[in-house]
Amino acid sequence: MSFGHTLLGLLEEGPQHGYELKHRYDEHFPGARPLPFGQVYATLARLHRDGLVDVAAVESGAGPDRKVYVITPAGVSEVDHWIDAPTPPGFVKSEVFSRVVVALLSGRDPDAVLDAQRAAHLAHMRDVTERRRNADLVGAMACDFELFHLEADVKWIQHAARRLEKERTRSRKGARS
Amino acid sequence: MSEPPNGSAAEQTVGPLLEAEDLSKHFGSTVALDGLSLRISGGEVVAVLGPSGSGKSTLLLCLAGVLLPDAGDVRYRGRSLVAVSDTVRTRLRRDEFGFVFQFGQLVPELTAADNVSLPLRLAGLRRGDAVGRAKEFLASLGVEEVANKRAGEMSGGQAQRVAVARALVTRPRVIFADEPTGSLDSTNGELVMELLVSTARRQASTVVIVTHEPQVAAYADREIVVRDGRLAHDAALV
Repeated sequence: MSFGHTLLGLLEEGPQHGYELKHRYDEHFPGARPLPFGQVYATLARLHRDGLVDVAAVESGAGPDRKVYVITPAGVSEVDHWIDAPTPPGFVKSEVFSRVVVALLSGRDPDAVLDAQRAAHLAHMRDVTERRRNADLVGAMACDFELFHLEADVKWIQHAARRLEKERTRSRKGARS
Repeated sequence: MSEPPNGSAAEQTVGPLLEAEDLSKHFGSTVALDGLSLRISGGEVVAVLGPSGSGKSTLLLCLAGVLLPDAGDVRYRGRSLVAVSDTVRTRLRRDEFGFVFQFGQLVPELTAADNVSLPLRLAGLRRGDAVGRAKEFLASLGVEEVANKRAGEMSGGQAQRVAVARALVTRPRVIFADEPTGSLDSTNGELVMELLVSTARRQASTVVIVTHEPQVAAYADREIVVRDGRLAHDAALV
């Protein structure tokens, strides 16, 4: 439940409303789209049920925004455990990989897929590199994180192109002998 | 700073700044370039990608007039680099081009300030003026503290920043860089690329970077991929 842990971690900065937490989250963890409010409130309700957060104050008015949340000692120790335990390295599923494999299996041109994808990746990496130039520390680290992951894709793309090239040379030689 | 050695804007030729036409180059039985054509416009930052042995470094050296192709032509501002004499080619390289290699290739006996002042002295500046300018330029790249150190007394990252300073101090029209961050860790690599590209853009220099590093290529406006001595892919990144 890493999203809940992240919210707990952000709550350690001090008591906050749900919408404040949402904005802190979007600021530190920019994603493809902003975090939906509903997900924040549902997660806070679950953390409250599990005794990891408390409601410090309820302001007058309607809606979930009137609650100010505070992290409990159990919540702090939950964050400690989460930060200390290494994340199990996982396999990254990628549509790029699937498209290349299907191109290869179906007799389409995998090189064209790789070339177009590399250019798209580099164009995006260029944007992120630009963004990093004026970013603060956390922002620059977020850009680095994105760049190194994109770089891993591009390195695989370059490697895959070389592997395909080698395979073509091998089969040409095989056909001649 | 002095005026760039590259004349007034009115002198600008229409068309590409740098143009390779049907370039071929062999080393023994190895084909390095096999009929490659390419046009680069003024102010472009171009990344040249490709596997080892694909011909990308040979392409860079031919574009810079360091190597002559076996066949084909390289034109800089409409003028053939192949047809001119060695003397003219050498002068063009000195006045118009800057170079950054994987290992800075600073003159080890000289201090950073003297290394950076070398191209200025070759351009005719007196020693005192050249060294003063070199020191100012080193300061603008954040490495003034090594001005009086020799290459062996600097870290790899400092030496490479000094090499960037030496390549850019004459405000060359074109900068050729071959794996400019290849000997550096990622932090120093980022620093060197930021300095190289931001200074080049400020000076409106064109940059041609040979690299196999995606994060280096991500500074470019355009990627070209060389495979088997041919242009395999050419795409704008902006």
